Amino acid sequence: MPTTSPAAEPVAGAAGPSAPGGPPGADAPRPDRDVAGLGRARALGFVAPALLVIAVFLVFPAVWTIYLGLLDYSLTGAGAQAPTFVGLGNYLDALSDPGFTRSLWLTLLYVGGSAVVGQNVLGFLLAWYLRGARRVVRPVLTVLVLLAWILPGSVVAFLWQALLDRRAGTLNTLLGTADQAWVLDHPMWVIVVFNVWRGTAFSMLLYTAALSSVPRSHLEVARMSGASGWQQLRDVVLPTVRRHVLTNTLLITLWTFNDFSPYLLTGGGPNGASEILPVYIYREAIIGGHLGYGSAISLLLLLANLVIAVFYLRVLRGRKDES
Amino acid sequence: MRPSVPFRLAVTGLGAALLLSGCVGAKDAGGGADPSANADAKDVTLVISANDVKGGKNAAEAAWIEDEVIPAFVAAQKAKGVTAKVTFNGAGVEDEQYKTKLELNLRTGSGSDVFAADGIWLGELAAAGYVKPLDDVVGKAASGWDGWDQISEAVQANLSFKDQRYGIPNGTDGRVLYFNKTLFAKAGLPADWQPTSWDEILQAARALKKVPGVTPLQVNAGVPMGEATTAQGFLPLLAGTGAPLYDESKGTWQGATDGVKQVLGFYQQVYGAGLGDPRMQQDKAGRDQSFAEFAQGKVGILAEGDYFWRSVICPSEKDCGATSMKDRDSVVGWAKIPARQPGSGVNGQDFVSVSGGAGWMLSPKTKYPQQAWELMAFMSSKEMQAKLSQAQIRISARQDVNAETLKNDPLLSFISEQVLPITTYRPSDEAYNEVSLGIQQATADVVSGKSPDEAATTYAQTLTKAVGADHVAGG
Amino acid sequence: MNPAVRHVLGRVGAYVVVCLLVVFFALPLLWLVLTPFTPNPTYRASLSGFTLDNFAALVDNPQVWPSIRNSLVLAGGSALLVIALAALAAYALSRVRVPGRDQLLYALLLLSSIVTGTAAMVPIFLMLFQLGLIDRQLGVVLVLTGGLLPAAVFMLKDFVDGVPRSYEESARVFGARPNQVLRHVVLPVIRPGMATVGVWALVQVWGNFLVPYVLLANPSKQPAAVVMYTFYDAGGQPDFALISTFALVYSVPVVVLYLVVNRRYGFAFQGGIKG
Repeated sequence: MPTTSPAAEPVAGAAGPSAPGGPPGADAPRPDRDVAGLGRARALGFVAPALLVIAVFLVFPAVWTIYLGLLDYSLTGAGAQAPTFVGLGNYLDALSDPGFTRSLWLTLLYVGGSAVVGQNVLGFLLAWYLRGARRVVRPVLTVLVLLAWILPGSVVAFLWQALLDRRAGTLNTLLGTADQAWVLDHPMWVIVVFNVWRGTAFSMLLYTAALSSVPRSHLEVARMSGASGWQQLRDVVLPTVRRHVLTNTLLITLWTFNDFSPYLLTGGGPNGASEILPVYIYREAIIGGHLGYGSAISLLLLLANLVIAVFYLRVLRGRKDES
Repeated sequence: MRPSVPFRLAVTGLGAALLLSGCVGAKDAGGGADPSANADAKDVTLVISANDVKGGKNAAEAAWIEDEVIPAFVAAQKAKGVTAKVTFNGAGVEDEQYKTKLELNLRTGSGSDVFAADGIWLGELAAAGYVKPLDDVVGKAASGWDGWDQISEAVQANLSFKDQRYGIPNGTDGRVLYFNKTLFAKAGLPADWQPTSWDEILQAARALKKVPGVTPLQVNAGVPMGEATTAQGFLPLLAGTGAPLYDESKGTWQGATDGVKQVLGFYQQVYGAGLGDPRMQQDKAGRDQSFAEFAQGKVGILAEGDYFWRSVICPSEKDCGATSMKDRDSVVGWAKIPARQPGSGVNGQDFVSVSGGAGWMLSPKTKYPQQAWELMAFMSSKEMQAKLSQAQIRISARQDVNAETLKNDPLLSFISEQVLPITTYRPSDEAYNEVSLGIQQATADVVSGKSPDEAATTYAQTLTKAVGADHVAGG
Repeated sequence: MNPAVRHVLGRVGAYVVVCLLVVFFALPLLWLVLTPFTPNPTYRASLSGFTLDNFAALVDNPQVWPSIRNSLVLAGGSALLVIALAALAAYALSRVRVPGRDQLLYALLLLSSIVTGTAAMVPIFLMLFQLGLIDRQLGVVLVLTGGLLPAAVFMLKDFVDGVPRSYEESARVFGARPNQVLRHVVLPVIRPGMATVGVWALVQVWGNFLVPYVLLANPSKQPAAVVMYTFYDAGGQPDFALISTFALVYSVPVVVLYLVVNRRYGFAFQGGIKG
């Protein structure tokens, strides 16, 4: 779990490189000290509206969905009228279905390649580069990256079909590779690159905002003491934004796990070669009508995320111990 | 230690959520059950929904509902002293999405009173209890409707389940083989081509293969094509092997039977030998590609429904966009789909086809069953159906309408006169959807290189899982 | 190596990388730039002649403008609600010590992944039906807000944690009341974070198809993302003229909003560090 705890940096009172875990020092100023004099009651009032909306519109349907995963439930047919309780039957079915294990593996590849590495690194580099970029380059690149993010899925599907089309695609025209069917020959590459294109904007925005909180004075000091760009990055910037890195990685991992948009490009094909779990769920739950089964897979997806989150925290904690 | 604030809040929230779930199922919109409910109401509110929308998908039908049906119906009711308020909830989305929303609405009774549905959904909807026979919901008015005389038994069966009518069919269709006469001339094939066996189709394809830059033959296969694979490809071929997919008297589906293996073998001959382009069948946008290539004169033979003729390659660029063919009427020929060998089709037929079609059904939870039926019957009246056919040429469910509107279209008359009498309809059983998915996967396996036997075995396993071993024939 | 040479090489290398990035992000957008002005648009990204007729088709389409307005209502409403609720919750969770809050927050985040999946559509629909929120934009806003809130709180809490506590302490020392501290000290510092979260929430809702489509019955209430799916001609073939022009119109509000937010709340880098 991402816990933010001790260590407020004494220097200029800046945000400390708060790392997860670790017992809070008895005397150290805590970030969660009630410095504004909020008081418990008012704090409760602050949290209550959000929790209420979350309880009704998120926790309740989510718990219901998990419950459906224990039923032989479908939206149509006899399974809709009288669903029967199958216990862990859906889970056993999933684990014995080679289609599911293949999808899980493809999902891990997809998330690792496009989000954890692709969007994360490219987003950070863009944010780092753009902060000092020229007047022309910055808005142009920013708007391009943003457009990729804000266009609706249906339009994006057309854009990429136009790009990758076998017969008349822009890419084939540029590269002179006539009749190269990218989507059929390299489906996983296509969806990984696609998702880097599509989602880097979020990481870029988050890191841009995070970088703006790095105190200017710290960098000045580092620069005057002769630190190179890379050293500034490592010694001053990364410790400050480490928490944002964790947040960003956790979020994009979670979202990419649930990302359905590759369906618009490959339809999960050819013959299942790019059928990541959300597509698998869609095919089972909506097209095939097995809602109970689809719900069960949703929970498995959640558990996979939990495992990965714990792994991230281990890695980050390890790095802290080294330093 | 006292429980933390978030923890207590979470418990409270969960409690609220559980309370909420307690009332789920308590509320139920609409009364239903009683056919005479509100029969004499002076103020009536009705909602129609269909997967069409002005300025988008099926725009002609949307315009027909909004500009013809609703005003005329409201006026007719007014003449009877009834104030009717009819709204149209159109959509223009993929069929799966329309179907999902429709089912959610039917489940709660929150949706429309009259809705459009494809005939192949009926089994699922009826088994779920979402729709009920017209006799139960409406009663005498439905069974005594004079329009039934104008709709053939076979077309009525498309919206019937277990011998009971659930709705009024709106139209029907048929599948044929389209071919490009220009390419045929280059390949030395006749312009009035009519194959009488699968071999003759393959022979023509081999001749076309010698013409450079041409894909000789596309028969829909694979998963991305969805239901088109089943309806346009697999099932017409299967009908040509003698037995239907589903034997209603025994309640069995064809598993790894000889017929299924023969059909998959045909696919292998087409896509394994380069007579068809297997990549087009694997691509997400493959069907659109096959349309575009046919329109550009790069495909020799294409198995498709009449929709292809009227809505994809129609001469009007305004209606059919980039795939329109100005010279369609002179360049495009058509032929009936032959059985595997003469006489080997269902009922010993020489030629076969597959038809489907959508229609109008009504929600059993409607507050105004009689008035909803009146609206539905009004939409299916000769006058209204003729208006729809004039706005967009198609085969109506009504014979009296077809007699007047199809005269000017050679292909639609051909289908109406020569194909519909020999056609077969897909089973409206609730398992159909899942069986169809298995079929799509089997053809995909063959297209991507598996042997027909292997694909048939996998298909039979899927089928057994879906319907139970008792309901699988052969293999 | 000579530092000057190294500097030049570094510059050249950076430019090459930036050019490649521009091409990478721009190339797929080529279709969107050319197609609206092409007489007979297809999948192919090409400009065969120049026309504005496609925009005329857009003006004639009865669904276009109301759907943009609906999108603004849904996305704006959800984004504002998300920012407001998330900022309050994030501040309280950051400043008041409550054991297990991070675990709870992450658990909620995980649950949000279920709710945004396709499998949860049925429970959500049935629940909203019971609440009488079907076919109401409020229902859509609440469902989307519920799904976005955990991630929003998660992100904002990081920003609040980053606000130096000494700021607030000093303000308190000078006698500011809690709400004054919040308004004048905390709010300005976490603004970039709020702006980021706001734009993020807006984009999520702006492009969402499934939730509004399923929960709203009346087509006149549907947002642009749903209407976009309806631009197919009678035979189910995509209407590229409408799709491409509408896509342009559709993306403008979000880009403009981003630029405005960016300028006012300065959530791009403020130029403090010069590399």
